[in-house]
Amino acid sequence: MGKNSNLKKIAYLALFIFVVWFCAYDLNWSGLDGFSWGSLKFILKNLMQPEWSYFYNGSKEDVFSLMIMTVCIAFVGTAIGTVLCLPFVLIASRNLWKRNVIIPKIGKFILDVLRSFPELVYAIIFIKVVGPGPFAGALAIGVHQIGMLGKLFTEEMEKMDEVPVEACHAVGANGIQTMFYARIPQLLPLYASLVLNHFEIGVRSASTLGLVGAGGIGATLIFAIQARKWGRVSIVLLAIIVTVFVLDMFTGWIRKKLR
Amino acid sequence: MQIKDTVHFQWYKSAFVVFVIAICFIGSAMNIEATFMEALGNLDQMVKFLKKLSQPDFSYIPQLMGPLVKTLKMSALGTMLGMVFAIPCSFLATEVATQNKYITGFFRLILNIIRTIPNLLLAAILVAVLGIGEATGVITIAVFTFGLVSQLIYESIETIEFEPIEANESVGANRLQIAVWSIWPQIMNKVLAYFLYAFEINVRASTVLGYVGAGGIGVTLSASLGLFRYDRVSIVIISIFVVVLIVDSVSEALQRRLA
Repeated sequence: MGKNSNLKKIAYLALFIFVVWFCAYDLNWSGLDGFSWGSLKFILKNLMQPEWSYFYNGSKEDVFSLMIMTVCIAFVGTAIGTVLCLPFVLIASRNLWKRNVIIPKIGKFILDVLRSFPELVYAIIFIKVVGPGPFAGALAIGVHQIGMLGKLFTEEMEKMDEVPVEACHAVGANGIQTMFYARIPQLLPLYASLVLNHFEIGVRSASTLGLVGAGGIGATLIFAIQARKWGRVSIVLLAIIVTVFVLDMFTGWIRKKLR
Repeated sequence: MQIKDTVHFQWYKSAFVVFVIAICFIGSAMNIEATFMEALGNLDQMVKFLKKLSQPDFSYIPQLMGPLVKTLKMSALGTMLGMVFAIPCSFLATEVATQNKYITGFFRLILNIIRTIPNLLLAAILVAVLGIGEATGVITIAVFTFGLVSQLIYESIETIEFEPIEANESVGANRLQIAVWSIWPQIMNKVLAYFLYAFEINVRASTVLGYVGAGGIGVTLSASLGLFRYDRVSIVIISIFVVVLIVDSVSEALQRRLA
């Protein structure tokens, strides 16, 4: 075995190096030419000194109110996504359409398409509809979440235990009654935990949507980066990191309780 | 689960939760100045936009091939680079491997901080620090992969079996030998699966990285959006969708073989 496995290892290593070389050799590395360690040191030094006065100054443009707005965008977006994805889940779940094979496939395809557009593109579309502002961001996150949550909800629905459903059928319950007495009690905790997880993901993406003018803290960060105001960049980053961290702990705590 | 634990027998609890969520929703909606009526009234704008999107410019496909291949190469290289750094760091972030609370806590804190930064913002910062170009995209993807994968790896290290570690300890192996000979063989397949998972996510993500100047197909996307060439935007999105589908199915087939 020994000699053979050594040969195999060398072959894998050679393959790995070849793939790395193949991917790397025709990429354009000239973008790094302008880089120097001195400037990196300067940036890091400035990043270490956050501009605390910008955290809260009473105007609506400070980090604190923008961060709250970002969380609100994510909340509204996730709420929209959760409510609107339910009809798609009903269409796309295989076990709700006993004999029909085509309808679930159609539902899954719609969810796949909804998921494949990047959130930024949705944000651009909704800016045309409701004008630039946080609401466009919330709608963009909502429509993207329809795809993501719809897929996960459908998977849970297909994985669920069918025994209670059968029991309900046996005592003569109709479709709506089985839905309320057998399916929803089983799925609700799972769905709630998924929604909480996606709320957190939504906060992360809401903080990037400012790039295209869809509200939230992203715009401030981009302006600060372009103006090379590293102190401001660092306070914004700090705010995002702390907020995501706190929400992570909070949703984790609720999810543990749900289980 | 007893029947008393179901939703219907604790309706007051559910009603309270719904009430809290409704309050939060109304508060957030007011904070972001959501105007649902206006959104419904302006739906014709969206229809117009979607009509433009539904006429893809197929003659643009040959020009897309170059950036698409480059995007794939960037994601592959970035993912590999990130993995190379993620594997040792995730070993250091588990007490199983280090047997030292402080080293573990320190590495976990760093990994958590890296993970909270959204990758688009990471790209924007790295573009400002390193310069515009594909190389920056690769580094962004590497940092993002590092955060994503190292958490998955350290979580799987914590679920391994401890007998091989004990066996090696009893014959006098040091920490490094234990890591290489009793931990690594147990998680190797999982690490490969995480690599494929991260690659999938990175292909999706690298399509928007170009928006802030980090190379790949995102540059084409943002250029077409800027020129209001929606026929081109839609062909770019369709091609991204096809590539993601191919990558998904290939990685699914590979993962099934690994498992």
